[in-house]
Amino acid sequence: MDFNLLYNFGRYLMLMNAAFSRPEKWRMYYKETIRQMHDIGVGSVVIVVIISVFIGAVTAVQFAYQIEGNLIPMWYIGYIVRDTTIIELAPTITCLVLAGKVGSNMAAEIGGMRQKEHIDAMEIMGVNTASYLIMPKLIAALLVIPMLVAISAFLSVMGGYLAVVPTEYLSSSEYIQGVRAFFVSYNVFMMIVKSLVFAFILTSVSCFQGYYVKQGSIELGKASTNAVVFSDILILLADYVIATLLT
Amino acid sequence: MIRTESLYKSFGEQTVLHGITAEFKAGKMNLVIGRSGSGKTVLLKLLVGLLEPTEGRIFYDDKDFGSLSKKELRKLRMQIGMLFQGSALFDSMTVEENIRFPMDMFTTMTEKEKLYRVNDCLTRVSLTGVNKNYPSELSGGMQKRVGIARAIVLNPKYLFCDEPNSGLDPKTALTIDELIQDITEENRITTIVNTHDMNSVMETGDHIFLLYQGRITWEGNRNDVLHSTNETLQDFIFASPFLRKLRDTAILNGKSI
Repeated sequence: MDFNLLYNFGRYLMLMNAAFSRPEKWRMYYKETIRQMHDIGVGSVVIVVIISVFIGAVTAVQFAYQIEGNLIPMWYIGYIVRDTTIIELAPTITCLVLAGKVGSNMAAEIGGMRQKEHIDAMEIMGVNTASYLIMPKLIAALLVIPMLVAISAFLSVMGGYLAVVPTEYLSSSEYIQGVRAFFVSYNVFMMIVKSLVFAFILTSVSCFQGYYVKQGSIELGKASTNAVVFSDILILLADYVIATLLT
Repeated sequence: MIRTESLYKSFGEQTVLHGITAEFKAGKMNLVIGRSGSGKTVLLKLLVGLLEPTEGRIFYDDKDFGSLSKKELRKLRMQIGMLFQGSALFDSMTVEENIRFPMDMFTTMTEKEKLYRVNDCLTRVSLTGVNKNYPSELSGGMQKRVGIARAIVLNPKYLFCDEPNSGLDPKTALTIDELIQDITEENRITTIVNTHDMNSVMETGDHIFLLYQGRITWEGNRNDVLHSTNETLQDFIFASPFLRKLRDTAILNGKSI
């Protein structure tokens, strides 16, 4: 792991500056953005569905275990599942998982292009590679990941339902009563803010790792791993900062 | 014409190029030859702007490459084509998409015009019916041809080839060499080829530079090679005992190779 933090942070900022320069041709960027939206969105739906349902189910079961026999009404399970998933679990867990799936894929893709001289070929043609390779990925991630997080939040609530209603911890109407209780729309705003910030982090960090990869398969593997590790650390750090600022 | 003036390139403490001063002739096949690690690829990357020189200047038709504005640089880049050692074709695109990529990015040509130009370039490199194939479905030689087609699609004034026949069998390598030479002559392109292939040197070398340990130690054409007394050149071109024997026999019989 490279601890030359200032140097790498400077390079990261310069890369982001280059990535947001004016495109050579909007149509090509649009096409690439649509392709990336498909890759990130459609390609990640299955894993997001599976994880979300289980997160909701586990949250519901564990909360049911904790409040069983207490004075807290059982319908609170629905309320707790809804709020924990919207505020924390849906954006954070989804983005941590996406850092592993999408982030490592981006780092490997761009890194592979660097190693196979595709980036050099584009540079010689006069293409701003930082912009062409990174900007569409960032735009696609910022559009698609909040949608995935919203799907994740909804499915987690459904997962909670599936875990506690058929097992008769509480009735269907009680769970729905909990889900509808004390709803604060600001929490949804927080979820969207988190998903946007996390999407930017995981995409930009992964692209940065791939863009500066050196020669060799070991380096490519390292870049891919670093993309996930650094994205995850920064997502958790950002999670804490956002939680502090917005609550 | 491309000219370099006292070009130095260092990576940290290590100096790879030591004051390269050379003139690459317009409309000719300019070959840069030398052993692996002599600095050929670094020189080529400096010429196309992928690396910046530590010291020295590069001129494209008397325009200083280092002092060009962004607009001028973009204009110049459109006049440059490059064939990479590994072809550098974009895996996720078909042959047709690869070749039309520079047109899509930088021109306002219609779809019909682009398709016509793609087919024209593919015909020029003797490759037809592969428009919808992906690079992974082509042989090494075919990939090189597609690489050449992509490099010439915008009618470049300068063509750079980094070891164009590495990894190819001798016959295919020769075909690629001939193709590059024909394209150079037809379009009066200034072509610079990095190679350590002896066949390329003897078949296509209009103007040859020998790079040895980051310095140009010999300059001439393919006819000068045989009778040169430069030991580094002789060691490089006639590396095997068989080739040395062939050279000695040719000299003895007063023939050229």
